[in-house]
Amino acid sequence: MQTLRRHDRYRKFKSAGMSVLTVVCALIVVLPLGLVLAHLVREGIGAINWAFVTQLPKPVGEVGGGMANAIVGTFTLLGIAMTVGAPVGLLGGIYLSEYGAERLNVWIRFGADILNGVPSIVWGMAAYALVVVPMKGFSAWSGGLALGFIMIPLVLRTTEEVLVLVPNAYREAALALGLPRWKIVTHIVLRTGLTGVVTGVLLALGRVAGETAPLLFTAFGNRFWSHHLSEPIAALPLQIFTYAISPYDDWHRQAWAGALVLVFLAFLFSTGVRLFFADRKKSPAS
Amino acid sequence: MLMALNERLPATPNVGRPAPAGSPVPAAEITFDVRNLSVFYGANEAVKGATLQINARGVTAIIGPSGCGKSTFLRMLNRMHELTPGARHTGAILLKGEDLYARDVDATLVRRRVGMVFQKSNPFPTMSIEDNVLAGLRLNGLRDRAFLQQRLEEALRAAALWDEVKDRLKRPGTSLSGGQQQRLCIARALAPEPEVLLMDEPCSALDPIATAKIEELIQQLRERYTVVIVTHNMQQASRVSDRTAFFYLGRLVEYASTRDIFTSPSDPQTESYVSGRFG
Amino acid sequence: MTSSTAVAGASRLRLVPPSRFADRAFYGITLLSALAVAALFILVAWLLYRGAHLSIAKFGWNFLVTSKWDPVSEEFGAWPFIYGTVVSSLIALLIAVPLSIGAAIFLTDLAPLRLRQPLVSLIEMLAAVPSVIWGLWGVFVMVPWLRDHAFPLLKEYLGFLPLFQGPIYGVSMLAGGIVIAIMILPIVTSISREILRAVPDLQREAAYALGATRWEVTRIAVLSYARRGLLGAVVLGLGRAVGETMAVTMVIGNRPEVAKSLFAPGYTLASVIANEFTEATTDIYLNALFELGLVLMGVTILVNFLAFVLIRTTETPGSRRA
Repeated sequence: MQTLRRHDRYRKFKSAGMSVLTVVCALIVVLPLGLVLAHLVREGIGAINWAFVTQLPKPVGEVGGGMANAIVGTFTLLGIAMTVGAPVGLLGGIYLSEYGAERLNVWIRFGADILNGVPSIVWGMAAYALVVVPMKGFSAWSGGLALGFIMIPLVLRTTEEVLVLVPNAYREAALALGLPRWKIVTHIVLRTGLTGVVTGVLLALGRVAGETAPLLFTAFGNRFWSHHLSEPIAALPLQIFTYAISPYDDWHRQAWAGALVLVFLAFLFSTGVRLFFADRKKSPAS
Repeated sequence: MLMALNERLPATPNVGRPAPAGSPVPAAEITFDVRNLSVFYGANEAVKGATLQINARGVTAIIGPSGCGKSTFLRMLNRMHELTPGARHTGAILLKGEDLYARDVDATLVRRRVGMVFQKSNPFPTMSIEDNVLAGLRLNGLRDRAFLQQRLEEALRAAALWDEVKDRLKRPGTSLSGGQQQRLCIARALAPEPEVLLMDEPCSALDPIATAKIEELIQQLRERYTVVIVTHNMQQASRVSDRTAFFYLGRLVEYASTRDIFTSPSDPQTESYVSGRFG
Repeated sequence: MTSSTAVAGASRLRLVPPSRFADRAFYGITLLSALAVAALFILVAWLLYRGAHLSIAKFGWNFLVTSKWDPVSEEFGAWPFIYGTVVSSLIALLIAVPLSIGAAIFLTDLAPLRLRQPLVSLIEMLAAVPSVIWGLWGVFVMVPWLRDHAFPLLKEYLGFLPLFQGPIYGVSMLAGGIVIAIMILPIVTSISREILRAVPDLQREAAYALGATRWEVTRIAVLSYARRGLLGAVVLGLGRAVGETMAVTMVIGNRPEVAKSLFAPGYTLASVIANEFTEATTDIYLNALFELGLVLMGVTILVNFLAFVLIRTTETPGSRRA
């Protein structure tokens, strides 16, 4: 066999070099994750204590206090967002999967994808104009609504993608039994795809849990507990932002702590959900 | 377009007449009266002018090579064909004298009277054996616990599955073997007490032992139900059915008692097919 | 008890007659929900337009090219923010796209199978980190490091370019671009990966059969075939970059000026809205901000539209690889 010509050796070398380059790229891509997690843990872990989770913020300049109201506030907002976003997104996804004519569906999918790309601050402005202005004040309602708007196209797409995967055989069997169409969709199709649909909703919740921009002028934030949903309400990402740009060291420390809690929540809702439900799907119910 | 039901139909030998060519069959005993049925997928004519009558009780087999229109024909009997985009038909189908496709007939109601079992068993994956069998009843609003329990046992017995599953009714439907799953689907189809059971190649995905069990089951069912079974397995048709319809390229070529079709068919095409010369 | 009613009909079973109303109602609410997509578009556009009408009436099209942003004298112009958004996004693309496509190539063709899923999960985790946390890290970790180490180096070696001249604060257009790059890495990588996976194996095999090296196969058979889809991924990343708010606000310096140097502070459309919305005391001020929002929304809709056209018309059904 001939020995390789020099040009061929060069080609091989170049190929190996490019391969190495792609590995480097992959490493650089995940590097920031490691950096940010390292810092979060290092700076934040010290500040997370029982007081942090249960207390309200102390007055400006005083050391100590916590983010209890922000944590509760975030969950409150998520609750409102879910009641707005999940049903609409779910039902819309059902339409696309079970009833839709293909021509209309293409446009709706397109529209949903584009809506998914609209910056979250724009949704905040919409909620501001829709709720804050008439109510003449910031509130949990407006914040939850803004987050709910974001959820709708997300849940719509994930629901559709999941339900489309439900095999037609089950729909046929149900039809042959003389079941009405809507019962087939709710009791057979939706039930079969339930894990996937719930995963989609939880992923969407995780995505909006970390949103700050739409809350800046809707929920607005609150240094105390909110007693009504029509009052401004604290939220974890908002609090982190406020503390981070403040001049106080203790607030910076708490910002890191809050960030650690927030990123934990975000991971729980995304990777955690995916892993948990993927497992369930694989193991047969015994 | 529906034909006027009093139009006279041409009499064709061996079509629409039961084998003993004696006294005419009384109308009440005819389950399906198919009149000049043509079925289309868009422009493609899958069934061409089929006319036949299926009697109450007993097993009618529909045979023919792939693509001859037999499944399409079967699916017309429980209004499943219309779910395909581009589906349309001409001609009429009467179920016990009632036009199946009349304007005010609800397809859902038709499907409650005419049950279907499919080629590949499809028990609902998220439901237990019990829930699967009772799905057609529960999801249609039936709540009476005692009655449901009774139907559950009756349907499973009718499907020759009761003894095998009576101790594990709460296990998932998918925990059964392939043959058992198909019998589960049969039980599910029987629970709402349909008048007719349609079977679309029910054994083609099963091994010989499971197939034998289901064929035995079909023999038991013929006492109480009108069974119409599509099969590409001629031996199966000759084993289980009383009457056989042979379709070829969309046309109903011959329809007679199973014995006649397989031993002394009238049409040369039938003869070629059943002696294995093609298909 | 054997039932002799088998042939008698289902009416004996007291089943609930099918309700045409229920079927129609269900169809109706699902249809309405699906159309919510269209409704949301219209709603948001209308709300923003209404909120911006004073500013639109006063400034007209000049708004887009005016550089002055002065709440006191009530003179508003969008140009510094458009400039800031464009430049920071471009920087982000320049950094992120080669890295993402490289990583995507690694994931589809080169990575050992056991490594793929963990890497994909890591990238998903990267995408799950909220923007404000990147901002936090950016402000306390990245910016000081840039200010003390990276920027002086850049200034020393590339200072002949006007891009790298001028005083170094740390917070800067370049810092903004870098943090946006980090945030768009996951999406560009995963879409690129989808696009590359959709390239049929046949293409690769044909190239291999001709004696091409691994890189040549990738370059010739895969990348050129996937060119359009990859462009779509890039444009999608651009769409995401344009809309990034919190992290950018925290590291870009927030000064509404058009400067040549990348070390100078900048301001983006999203950042100024985030910073000044609650401070807007006059109606015209608020309207101007709404108008910026309108511009922002318009830009993202256009960019995303383009991206999806590119991606959707590329994806071919066919052999997909793991």
